[in-house]
Amino acid sequence: MELFQTILDILVSAAFWTAVLRIATPYILGTLGELLCERAGVLHLGIEGIMTMGAMAGWMAVYQGADLWAGVLVAALCGGLMGLLHATLTVPLGLSQHVAGIGVTLLGTSLSYFVYRLVLPQASTPPTIEPFQPLDLPGALAQTPMTYMALMLVAVVAYVLYRTPVGLAVRMVGENPAAAEAQGLSVTAVRIGAVVAGSALMALAGAFLTLSAFNAFFFNMVNGRGWICIALVVFASWRPGKALLGAVLFAAFDALQLRLQQVAGGVLPYQLFLMMPYLLSILALVLVARRASYPRALMIPYRKGER
Amino acid sequence: MRLEPREHTPLAARLLAPVAAVAAALALCALLVAWTGAPVLRAYGLLLEGAAGSRFALTETLTRATPLILTGLAAAVAFRAKLWNIGAEGQLYMGALAAVVLGGGMLDLPAWLLLPTVMIAGAAAGGATLLGPAVLKVRFGVDEVVTTLLLNFIVLLLVSMLLEGALKDPMGMGWPQSAPVVEAAELPKLVERTRLHTGLLVALGLSALLWLIDTRTIWGYENRAVGANPRAAAFAGMPVTRVMLRTALLSGGLAGLAGVIEVCGLKGYLTLDLSPGFGYSGIVVAMLAQLHPVGVVGAAVFIAGIFVGADAMSRAMPVPNYIADVLVATSLLCMLVAGLLTRYRLRRG
Repeated sequence: MELFQTILDILVSAAFWTAVLRIATPYILGTLGELLCERAGVLHLGIEGIMTMGAMAGWMAVYQGADLWAGVLVAALCGGLMGLLHATLTVPLGLSQHVAGIGVTLLGTSLSYFVYRLVLPQASTPPTIEPFQPLDLPGALAQTPMTYMALMLVAVVAYVLYRTPVGLAVRMVGENPAAAEAQGLSVTAVRIGAVVAGSALMALAGAFLTLSAFNAFFFNMVNGRGWICIALVVFASWRPGKALLGAVLFAAFDALQLRLQQVAGGVLPYQLFLMMPYLLSILALVLVARRASYPRALMIPYRKGER
Repeated sequence: MRLEPREHTPLAARLLAPVAAVAAALALCALLVAWTGAPVLRAYGLLLEGAAGSRFALTETLTRATPLILTGLAAAVAFRAKLWNIGAEGQLYMGALAAVVLGGGMLDLPAWLLLPTVMIAGAAAGGATLLGPAVLKVRFGVDEVVTTLLLNFIVLLLVSMLLEGALKDPMGMGWPQSAPVVEAAELPKLVERTRLHTGLLVALGLSALLWLIDTRTIWGYENRAVGANPRAAAFAGMPVTRVMLRTALLSGGLAGLAGVIEVCGLKGYLTLDLSPGFGYSGIVVAMLAQLHPVGVVGAAVFIAGIFVGADAMSRAMPVPNYIADVLVATSLLCMLVAGLLTRYRLRRG
């Protein structure tokens, strides 16, 4: 009963929901990015590496004197480039999307660490930058501009997917590439475009960590958030609106366990609380798997004239 | 330009593909080395010397290769059946956990009995860890890539919890590490005064055994058939579900054994940094070997050499040792393309 009251107290506090939106932001951006790729029929397991890349590149640009928004742009460009690599391997070459994605993750992560160490060889305590500050909008939960950007991007991606010819093309190549080709669309071009754009979004998720949530880059900073985004895409049944809902629910749970840890931390090992997000992701996958409606061409390479 | 399937791949092409891929990766990473300002040829020379230039270097490389052979086999076996096991890292830690629990003095057995017991238990723990995601896959259609990945995080947290709790070494000066395994649970050294231990022989033996299973038994045939086309295999009357679960036990078991061997052969006790990503590097090993059980040995030695050599190189030059991870990742991507070119040819038009 006491625990129930504690949870209730947490849930009604504004500070809690402010934290939830902050924690949700990288999940929103990453999930949107993955969703875009998968809607076009490409599973993108490079997300973890691209998030690391975005976190490092955005931070490094600002540390070298660039404007914060320029840092965001640099991160997106780097993400797009890594996306181009994944797209080249998986779309025209039709290589295993699983293995190529793992390769992109390994490359993105190791390259980020390499560059960071090269530019800052003897940084034992990570150097810091001046990150985005929360905006004081009336009636809103104080968030940094990148969170508002993420919320707007949900609407943009949803609009593009469902209300524009480009979105129709993306959905078509993810469902029935042969039919799309018959309509005169280039399956290859649409898929590459979707993966590049999706990867740029993933990099923004990483950049949020170093430019907004924290003020430094450190190793292992993405810490599995990318993989959770992949689970969230399934949970969201490949819909942007549900992706937002999923990310917020997930973040709420994460913020709640952080606070419960402070209350019950003496009784239970903290690792149990840290396991919750991963267990929850697996549970969500199991619950949703039965009625999941995958984009039908997901993970199936398309070669013109081959069936 | 378009891709046209080859009717027949010459053996020379299959053997040359990994060599070409590695050469391409070295060439690409030369750009990064040049960026650091270090002379490229000298840097690669130091890397080679650090990996194989002395008796010490060579035994260090083979020591590092031992768990990589096992995690490489784990990935190869699973990928052959299109079971995307990305969770070898977690399965390795489960094996190591079993090793320190049973080898830590709980069982009072002579060495000839204790070592096999610990190994079997470690393999069982690793296999059981992959069985969960495999059951979810065949029963509910849950994608195993994400579940096996997420399990890595869960297992590491579990290990961390036990190392700070039930398994914490009271003599460990407060560090989160387990008590050491008893002497009877230690794998004998292979070469005196080096770190190379008999775990290497276990790994080599399993590689040969898996090759025999693969080519000589109905099990191997079923695995490949299910991997190539599960629907056709089911239509031909093969027990697809059973093959999948069997593969999961085998793959997870191999990764679990890697954990046992690291504990009993090398470290002696369990810490959270037992594996510097052996589970993930195993995927690269398997791909470089084109999923061939014997090829895995060569690929593991190569990858181990890169890591050991890069450490030596970065001590002598201002090249961060993360270059090893970049080289490994680049090799994987180049190998994917090289593998494609052995199966298809590029045609104009």
